[in-house]
Amino acid sequence: MATVLAPPKTVADLKGKVDPDWCPGCGDFGVLAAVEKALVELQIPNHNVVTISGIGCSSNFPGYINTYGMHTLHGRALAVATGLKLANHELTVLVTGGDGDGFGIGGNHFVHTMRRNVDLLYIVMDNQIYGLTTGQTSPTSRVGMKTKSMPFGNIEAPVNPISLALAAGATFIARGFSGEQKHLTQLIKQGIQHKGFSFLDVFSPCVTYNHDNTYQWFRPRVKKLEDDPTYDSADWMAAVGKSLLWGEEIPIGKFFERTDVPTLHGAEPVLDTGPLVHGDVQIPPDVARSFIAELM
Amino acid sequence: MRQTFAIGIGGAAGQGVATPGDIFAKIFSRRGLHLNAYNAYQSIIRGGHTFLTIRSGPEKVTNMGDRLDLLIPLNQDAMNRHLGLLASGAACIYNAETIKPGAPASGVQLCPLPVSTLADITRNKVAQNTLAVGAGLNMMGIGFQALEEVVSEQFKKKGEPVVAENVGIARAGYDYATSNFRPFAQPVPMTENRYAVLSGNIAMAMGGAAAGVKFYCAYPMSPSTGVLHWMAAHARKAGIMVRQVEDEIGVVNMAIGAAHAGVRSMCATSGGGFALMSEGLGMSAMMETPVVVIDCQRAGPSTGVPTKTEQGDLWQMLGAAFGDYPRVLAAPLDIGDCFKIIPEIFNIADRFQCPGLVLCDLLLSEGRLSVDPKDLDFNPVIDRGELITTATPVSSTPGNGGYKRYKITESGISPRAIPGVPGHTHTAATDEHEEDGILISDEFTNPTKRRAMMEKRMRKVAGIEAAVPPPALVGPRDAEVTLIGWGSTKGVIEEACEILTEQGISANQLQIRWLVPLHGEAILNIVEDTRHTFIVENNYSGQFARYLRSETSYVPNGYIRKYDGEPFMPHHIVEAVREQLSGKSNLSVPAHEIMV
Repeated sequence: MATVLAPPKTVADLKGKVDPDWCPGCGDFGVLAAVEKALVELQIPNHNVVTISGIGCSSNFPGYINTYGMHTLHGRALAVATGLKLANHELTVLVTGGDGDGFGIGGNHFVHTMRRNVDLLYIVMDNQIYGLTTGQTSPTSRVGMKTKSMPFGNIEAPVNPISLALAAGATFIARGFSGEQKHLTQLIKQGIQHKGFSFLDVFSPCVTYNHDNTYQWFRPRVKKLEDDPTYDSADWMAAVGKSLLWGEEIPIGKFFERTDVPTLHGAEPVLDTGPLVHGDVQIPPDVARSFIAELM
Repeated sequence: MRQTFAIGIGGAAGQGVATPGDIFAKIFSRRGLHLNAYNAYQSIIRGGHTFLTIRSGPEKVTNMGDRLDLLIPLNQDAMNRHLGLLASGAACIYNAETIKPGAPASGVQLCPLPVSTLADITRNKVAQNTLAVGAGLNMMGIGFQALEEVVSEQFKKKGEPVVAENVGIARAGYDYATSNFRPFAQPVPMTENRYAVLSGNIAMAMGGAAAGVKFYCAYPMSPSTGVLHWMAAHARKAGIMVRQVEDEIGVVNMAIGAAHAGVRSMCATSGGGFALMSEGLGMSAMMETPVVVIDCQRAGPSTGVPTKTEQGDLWQMLGAAFGDYPRVLAAPLDIGDCFKIIPEIFNIADRFQCPGLVLCDLLLSEGRLSVDPKDLDFNPVIDRGELITTATPVSSTPGNGGYKRYKITESGISPRAIPGVPGHTHTAATDEHEEDGILISDEFTNPTKRRAMMEKRMRKVAGIEAAVPPPALVGPRDAEVTLIGWGSTKGVIEEACEILTEQGISANQLQIRWLVPLHGEAILNIVEDTRHTFIVENNYSGQFARYLRSETSYVPNGYIRKYDGEPFMPHHIVEAVREQLSGKSNLSVPAHEIMV
């Protein structure tokens, strides 16, 4: 039994049953590697981790990592994850998905899960395109970008995930780049350790359908917030300012964190006696009698 | 004929129809009487017209009945709408200063109250209501003490002066009736029994608590909201996590997430919300994570009539989510059954790892019924099925070891490990998958494996069929008439059968509780011997009749349907049967005489 309960010692212990079917060069490989490294560094037993995704290229993620996994419906991973976390808050919950899944079809759950401060890490592999459906405009596609669904160029303003998360009340907000492995691994570790909703938007280039936002396009632009000693990630207004930067300089790193907001499971007295899943199935007889007495 | 006494209270929303209703209900139930209450109302907070019917008696009262013994109109509109319902022997108590009676039928007693001389109406806006309750109870032959007790409880929170004032007003109404109104021919009886009075929504919520539900979530939607209200108010005592979610898509997904972690998880909605949940049911079926979803039907389509009842969602339930998958679908037969059915359906959903659907309707959800407290069993049989909650030595191979979440078995049931159990990591996917959870979808496709998994899941259907009892005929086998209904129409059909039998037309009843599995063979065996069969249902197209025909090719002699938003009354069914027996038609759509 001892071998079973031991946390993963190496990345190999976290290898899933199959290899990823992502296109060679896909940014998602880098995200998977960084998650594996973070879990090894944090030494969390893999049976205590649940990786939950929606649908899309990046949402195939749970199948490629040896933890408990749920590959749910398009856009619904955060709702499923909220229910799972509330039923057993001792589990470490990772939610993985893409920009279409999270900001398009799942936009409603994205906003509400942030304001609830559900204790989980949400990693969006943001490639600014729909990949699995072969290249349509996504909610983060830039204005003017030509895709199969907008062949004359996108005329709709993209969503700004960082600003949106700041407005919705997320308590940990960061942005990573698949091409910056060490930095990304640190952000994932911090996001898992943060008590509350951690949002990590990761530039994860689609090498097949997005020819605008490539590794080459990102590399000279991304600037780590951690490299600026004057930047204070506890300063919400400063984070809003940084979140609006897009162009020659695009900040990556931890934009914002606050630790004074209770998590959803922490704020609910029903969970004071431990996770629901470990509790008694039936309610005590005196409580049952009191429920009936109310109706007499 | 059962001995019953029925009261109708009508007025505008906000005029206080509910309080006299609650007082009558409490007094009846404390006299050991059964009761059935139904409130016809509109989707409006102030104004409009609401009409509350409370019917009581020493035997079970299964529906609102056909006649009123006492009408209390709180405004002119209610008087105008409902005085015509009263027949000889009935009475109408009203405020003589604000309401003019019309011409009543002969033998109806008009009881005008001089409200401002009996109470200080500048201080008490609902004095007319309390006076009417007092007068009415006097005419029913009920002692004042019973009323004093209930009025005191009703106003206790507002302090002693308010209690004293209201008891005084009730007394004035009571005494005025002694010298001015004739008592009813039959005083309201009394028994030694004691009943709990509850709505179907409370019953389903309590049934969930009894079943061991630990997670309940919902988005408010009439007429299902009462389930959320009970759950939220009792969550901490019962140890249930209750969440209000942003929409019904979030609701069903959150419920499935909690269920996947290993707790019993439930949600309730109405037709529109259920439509949003549809995709989630497919997920429950494909991941084999059991969840129970309640649909409290209201009149559709679309927003429809939010405060009116219908049995119009059957085909939505049968067709919810695409693809073939095992599901269970049950319709509670009355408010007591709303409680009982929840632990039962959870056991089946858990054993067969599939969605369990409960098809209730506004009539039961918001109606109230007296139930023997012994029938509210908080210690029901609980069967969680093949659930792995701790690591066993056999399955303790590390990492990607021997555990197969979707193992192909003869029963189709694969032991389910919950997250957190060492040695059982796997991914549950909505994509088709192999026994160990690997996708047969994006990764590779394989017709043989896909077929094997489809057949594995669908093998559970046979097990579900064996776990659910077939329906049974109630009444004499050789009856001239057989009435077939499903769900909430049980009570009214039962009474219609009694009336028909009294009129010389023997009748029996086949009421369907489990809709999926249907047990078509058993139904065919029953109807083989019947003489004239009629299918009674609260919808336009005969959804159950069409379903029964699709499953069994069975065609009855006739159909009785109602889709005006109001429930059947016994005479609607009786008259329809007589009309059809005389050969006039094979489809009756009774008109609802009460204008609500």
